[in-house]
Amino acid sequence: MTPPSVSQAAADPVANAPVPTPRRDALRRAWRSLSKAVWPLLAIAVLLVIMFAAVAGPAISPKDPNRQNIISRLQPPMVADRDGVVQHYLGTDGLGRDVLSRLIYGARVSLLVGFTAVFIGGVLGVVLGMTAGYVGGRVDAVIMRLADIQLAFPFILLAIMFLVVLGSGVLNLVLILGIGQWVTYARIARGQTMSQREKEYVEAARALGARGPSVLFQTILPNILAPLIVIASFNVASVILSEAALSFLGLGVPPTVPTWGGMLAESRDQLLAGRWWLAVYPGVAIMLTVLSFNILGDWLRDFLDPRLRGVG
Amino acid sequence: MWSYALSRVVQAGVVIVAVTLITFLTLHMSGDPTYLYVSERASEQEIQQVRERLGFDRPLHVQYLTFLGGLARGDTGRSLTYRTSAMQVVLERLPATIELTLMAMFIAVVFAIPLGIIAALNRGTSIDGGIMALAMFGQSIPSFWLGIMLILFVGLGLAWLPISGHVPVIEPLLKGDFERAWNNIPNALRYLIMPAFTISLFSMSRNARLVRSSMLEVLSQDYVRTARSKGLPEWGVVMRHALRNAWMPVVTMLGLEFGFLLSGVVVVETVFSWPGVGRLVFNAINQRDVPLVQSAVVIFAGIFVMLNLIVDLLYARLDPRVRLS
Repeated sequence: MTPPSVSQAAADPVANAPVPTPRRDALRRAWRSLSKAVWPLLAIAVLLVIMFAAVAGPAISPKDPNRQNIISRLQPPMVADRDGVVQHYLGTDGLGRDVLSRLIYGARVSLLVGFTAVFIGGVLGVVLGMTAGYVGGRVDAVIMRLADIQLAFPFILLAIMFLVVLGSGVLNLVLILGIGQWVTYARIARGQTMSQREKEYVEAARALGARGPSVLFQTILPNILAPLIVIASFNVASVILSEAALSFLGLGVPPTVPTWGGMLAESRDQLLAGRWWLAVYPGVAIMLTVLSFNILGDWLRDFLDPRLRGVG
Repeated sequence: MWSYALSRVVQAGVVIVAVTLITFLTLHMSGDPTYLYVSERASEQEIQQVRERLGFDRPLHVQYLTFLGGLARGDTGRSLTYRTSAMQVVLERLPATIELTLMAMFIAVVFAIPLGIIAALNRGTSIDGGIMALAMFGQSIPSFWLGIMLILFVGLGLAWLPISGHVPVIEPLLKGDFERAWNNIPNALRYLIMPAFTISLFSMSRNARLVRSSMLEVLSQDYVRTARSKGLPEWGVVMRHALRNAWMPVVTMLGLEFGFLLSGVVVVETVFSWPGVGRLVFNAINQRDVPLVQSAVVIFAGIFVMLNLIVDLLYARLDPRVRLS
């Protein structure tokens, strides 16, 4: 689904010469804009750290996140043992499990669910929205009416109901969160497709013999990607928040898998006893991740399409 | 106007039917729902008896029509844990949830509008930057975590506000006891502040950003320039000319807001042990009390759809362009 101009550019040695191709130019502009902006750079740095934690979890986590140890339960952070060695940098929970290791493993579920659900919702929404915008007529009416129905329904309640009946688990969670997102993408993809449909380059592609799906996804899609990418970035943030809320309610992944939302749910029992570290760290982890995606989305929006300012 | 109103009413009806259909089908998606109602040790004969008694042996469309009929009478079956009408249990908890949602909405609007206007009027300055940075934070903090932090630091640490509990206001009102409702207000507010703020922070932040961008757009319009060039004081330009037109997107948002806040209560009520529908749903989830969850979902969706309908109709009355397009 890369724009034709770029694939040609890669094959053509002349295009690789100093003459800037559209994509090289865009990358250079992106870099120039980023190097001046402090917050987006910080956001990218934070996200890289979290992604590294998610991917390299087993290699970098100090302890087994599920290993229980009754003797060292509920240890505050940075407590040294008899030999003067700090065993648990961020303390332990009610079952003596290492909080830092659970935080590191928790990044996996948040990012996995965040990215996969957005991907599912994005693909579904773009396909349906572009079809509605391109074909029009009755197909358009049916798809958009479905979207209206879904928008008229508080989504988190629907998710709760489905997960109560179907049972929790990563697959169900990702599916339901993904399906919950399609409307946003569909509406934008539809509007953009309608505005591109009659443009000359689309007519040219049709005149050259391109049909239906090929026109949609090879000709039009590359030209309407910018706003969709912006939405996706904000969307990852909101899906991660929803996942944390559902895990907090005990509807997320099985309790044996460490998640930030699940850790917060467990921390409630220790709240009155003042064991703050159980509640503070997972919350900070969620907030930093979500904040970074939001900042990144803000920057992407201003960079890719200044007309969208104020959408988030 | 009337044809627009009619089409919106029909649309709302379609949504409600769709919601009931989805709610009904979810119950059947996990297979035979009879097993939710019998103990694990029940014999095949007992299961068959329960299945026939609850009508799960009949064709699906007949069951759906029965479900719809029950719903029209306010009957969504018996709660598995309370052993009484599920709808009744939900309705009893509803006033506490409405109190919380109204208070949250009040906070979200009362702070968001001035913040958004101040940011817009000081565009590009550090005031604008500061407000927008706060709003960005507000949109990134999970509500239940904010609640836990407030309990930990404001409730337990500083001991300023109670960490749980509820003093009813709407409930005595409904019973006609106005004096008790009035006397309860000061105390009720003390219990409301922390959970309501927790639910509202996300909306407040989003609204502040929305008010800001809507205000900026209006401020760049020709008529604002004209008002300024007439020599009107800046305050008058903002209040009389700009704000009036910046309201429109804010009004639309408020309709959606209530439903959005309503769905936030499930988590936040659990954190603050608030005796409303949210916590009821949370407990029902843990006990897999499907009829109770269904009743709550149908009621919430119903409120949400009705509010959207009212807002749309009001909006069409305020802005003729809506009903003509």
